[in-house]
Amino acid sequence: MSEAPLLELAGLSVDIPTEAGVLHAVRDVSLTVRRGETLCVVGESGCGKSLTSLAIMGLLPPAAQRRARRLALAGEDLLSASPRRLRALRGDRMAMIFQDPMTSLNPAWSVGDQLEEIFIRHGKGNRRAARERAVALLERVGIANAGGRLAQYPHQLSGGLRQRVMIAMALMCSPGLVLADEPTTALDATIQLGILQLLAELQAEMHMGLMLVTHDLGIVARIADRVAVMYAGEVVEEGPARTVFTAPRHPYTRGLIDCIPQPDRMAPGQRLGTIPGMVPSLVGEVQGCAFRTRCAFARPECAATVAPRHGPDDHMWRCVLPPETLDHAA
Amino acid sequence: MLRFAARRLLLALAVALTVSAIAFMLLRLSGDLATTLAGQEARAEDVERIRQQFGLDRPLILQYGDWLWRALRGDFGRSLFYPESVGALIRDRLPNTALLASLGLLIALTLSIPLGMAAALWRNSWIDRLALMLAVLGQAMPNFWFALLLVFLFGMTLGWLPISGTESFAHFIMPAMALGWYATPVLMRLTRAGMVDVLAADYVRTAHAKGLPLRVVLIKHALRNAVVPVVALAAVQFGNMLSGSVVIETVFALQGIGYLAWESISRRDFPVVQGILLVVALFYVVLTLLTDLLNAWLDPRIRSR
Repeated sequence: MSEAPLLELAGLSVDIPTEAGVLHAVRDVSLTVRRGETLCVVGESGCGKSLTSLAIMGLLPPAAQRRARRLALAGEDLLSASPRRLRALRGDRMAMIFQDPMTSLNPAWSVGDQLEEIFIRHGKGNRRAARERAVALLERVGIANAGGRLAQYPHQLSGGLRQRVMIAMALMCSPGLVLADEPTTALDATIQLGILQLLAELQAEMHMGLMLVTHDLGIVARIADRVAVMYAGEVVEEGPARTVFTAPRHPYTRGLIDCIPQPDRMAPGQRLGTIPGMVPSLVGEVQGCAFRTRCAFARPECAATVAPRHGPDDHMWRCVLPPETLDHAA
Repeated sequence: MLRFAARRLLLALAVALTVSAIAFMLLRLSGDLATTLAGQEARAEDVERIRQQFGLDRPLILQYGDWLWRALRGDFGRSLFYPESVGALIRDRLPNTALLASLGLLIALTLSIPLGMAAALWRNSWIDRLALMLAVLGQAMPNFWFALLLVFLFGMTLGWLPISGTESFAHFIMPAMALGWYATPVLMRLTRAGMVDVLAADYVRTAHAKGLPLRVVLIKHALRNAVVPVVALAAVQFGNMLSGSVVIETVFALQGIGYLAWESISRRDFPVVQGILLVVALFYVVLTLLTDLLNAWLDPRIRSR
């Protein structure tokens, strides 16, 4: 298959100048999303996963500086695209779902207006067609009385409903690529799963490329085709979900997997795994493996630049350990 | 929205009634009216006669009811100085002040909103600095001084505009500029502050993510949310302008409400002062009502409060 991947990202760096020095928030990140594939980007807060998705959309805050070797959507280069072309692509061919649905919808406009607007502005049809599409999508994302909801304003909806509206909004123009940036973090635990399942269903139904940014590895195991694990602004391991979960090659990934509660395999009262220590500061030059300060397997070589290693079926990791080191039963 | 409007209307009526009572009481509190009317050298019988003639011996509540009933029909009594009735005087001067204030507000808004938006969009750029400089200048320079500068430049040196009177539209341009100049800085700074906040809001990022044209993002999604406090302040300033800028109307010898009020106060022409007070207070009540409705339209969250 010679078709270009839906999203190609290579060598992405995001630098943010701060008073203390330059913050290297994202360092040399390369990702690929193919049509009909779900890529989950996982990592703890501040590891650069949100900035990565904003950088792809071209929505970084003005202070942040983006550099990349390649950024392309369905083969079309986004690095050299005009602002006008980017606006035409955003919302139409690639859409984003944000973390906080409470603040991501405009309080001054009705749900219907905000849904229809994206459809009309991208020239998909008139207001009536937009309305029909909006109602159909609201129903699809599980909102009852969809027609009545159109006249409501965001403040009249609960957080879960708002996020469903945000999802419907992202899908209005049937984009090939959807970026979801921690779409359930701001929601009640009881409705998080429902929203994520909905996203997974829609992804399959519409054969979209979905890049789901999350720190919930439990959900990743269920819906991801591929997983990218980020730590301190870097992708430390990336590969097919099954491979990454069964044979992780980076101690950080191992640590994350051990943190997932597994009620059926654990004795009552057994403690979950934790990763000791803190994420290092990314201000100034970062040398070597950023995880070595928390890593049980750290050795002198870790202080030097760690080259990515590759295994079978597109598995990549950045660790100097012999691959079998982590193959213990968790 | 309808329930919100009805509630506001009721509130406005209550305020208007209170204001009318205060306006009525003010006059009674400023001393014995009968003595004032009769004059300093009047004998006690004359004062008593006037008291009965004007009904000042009746219970206060009856006097108030009477006065309010007449005021509602536009009858504010007679001026102690002019031959016309107070109603006629106000009707005569009001259009001038209304035109002046509307022009002044128009000038202030057309200057302050685009400038405030530009300053917020390009923070710390030359345009932001220029806007800040204008704001400081506008605040620091008394408006009569600015008015005199205008007179000097456009009236005397260039000879483009008439410098005093009320005869034609051209007579209103300089006074309106002076009024607008004075109102611009605060409105502009408020627009800028609102836009700076709103531009950092998540929903503006959402609007960008939807690929909407920049113009739509800035006006439909950002400005609409930023402008709510600006509307409230603009209404207060419009009220100030409507209640008559005494200074500006005096500089340009413009026959407006402010000028009339100033004249009447210095002549102790109480019925006129009372009439103006009531009319101006009602303006504020109506303006507040309109502002509430406008803001409720702009921001749906206000409606449900």
